[in-house]
Amino acid sequence: MEQGIYWPSFFFLLFGAISCLFSVAVVLTSNIVRMAFYLVLALAATSGLFFLAGADFVGAMQLMIYVGGTLVLLIFGVMLTGKGPFVSLSTRGGEWILAALVGGSLLATLLPATQAVDQWQGISRDELPQTVSPTATRLGLGLLGARVDKLDQPNPALREGMSGYLLPFEIVSIHLLVVLIGAAYLARAKRRRATEIVE
Amino acid sequence: MTPLFASLLTEPVGVSHYMMVGAVMFVCGAVCMATKRNILGVLMGIELVLNGANINFIAFGSPYLRSDANQLGLDGQLIALFVIVLAAAEAAVALAIALNFYNQHNSIDIDRADELQG
Repeated sequence: MEQGIYWPSFFFLLFGAISCLFSVAVVLTSNIVRMAFYLVLALAATSGLFFLAGADFVGAMQLMIYVGGTLVLLIFGVMLTGKGPFVSLSTRGGEWILAALVGGSLLATLLPATQAVDQWQGISRDELPQTVSPTATRLGLGLLGARVDKLDQPNPALREGMSGYLLPFEIVSIHLLVVLIGAAYLARAKRRRATEIVE
Repeated sequence: MTPLFASLLTEPVGVSHYMMVGAVMFVCGAVCMATKRNILGVLMGIELVLNGANINFIAFGSPYLRSDANQLGLDGQLIALFVIVLAAAEAAVALAIALNFYNQHNSIDIDRADELQG
């Protein structure tokens, strides 16, 4: 039976090809500014993949945090490499051969593993869930400790996993605060030392 | 490979397709970390690796990609959110270290960081 093009699959192919191609381009180029630009494109295409998988909130976070953070990386790259020799630090030939060998064997191990399970091959069009529900509310309640998506869990042994993510959320919040203070402390300007060097 | 690519445009994709994209990104990030001489290049490799892992989490949590009932559900998306937050924290610290390194050495070539070499 001839079926028309299934457009989500088409967009998966589009975004997947963009993210794969620009990931390879990040590896292959040696210009730091181009590298950062390719990385931004690859991460943005990945957020498209997240939207296609039904993870709308995570896709939006990917665009805002990840891509925004990488833009900061890009600005740093421009600032640190503006004057001369650091714009392109090229890799030596022998290292390329070794890296291609290791990367190729890693890829040859991982790709067959993705095909190993039959249930991972996807579902037919008729069995797809027909409803699309936004995930932001459920994610927010999950982070606060209420798993509204698992209220109907029939198995009592699995019900223990329903406790939510309140403690990890608090831990990661404190972690982020400490890390930002530490980063500001590490990166503070050392004026005195700089003048010593100049003198 | 034929059953995989035969109906790629007319049928919904599955977890394994997402995992292939994630595997390619992971390998690119690992190679990037190993070969780049620029500190910022190594950082970008780390971002690629974390992103490849995130693709797998999202794929296993999605209700649209696999037929059996053993989906991760919302847990996959929550873990992906934590990964994103930790990646942001890691990038902040690593950028601070890179700035310090640049102040000390006037260079961002990691091959110059060999004072602790035995």
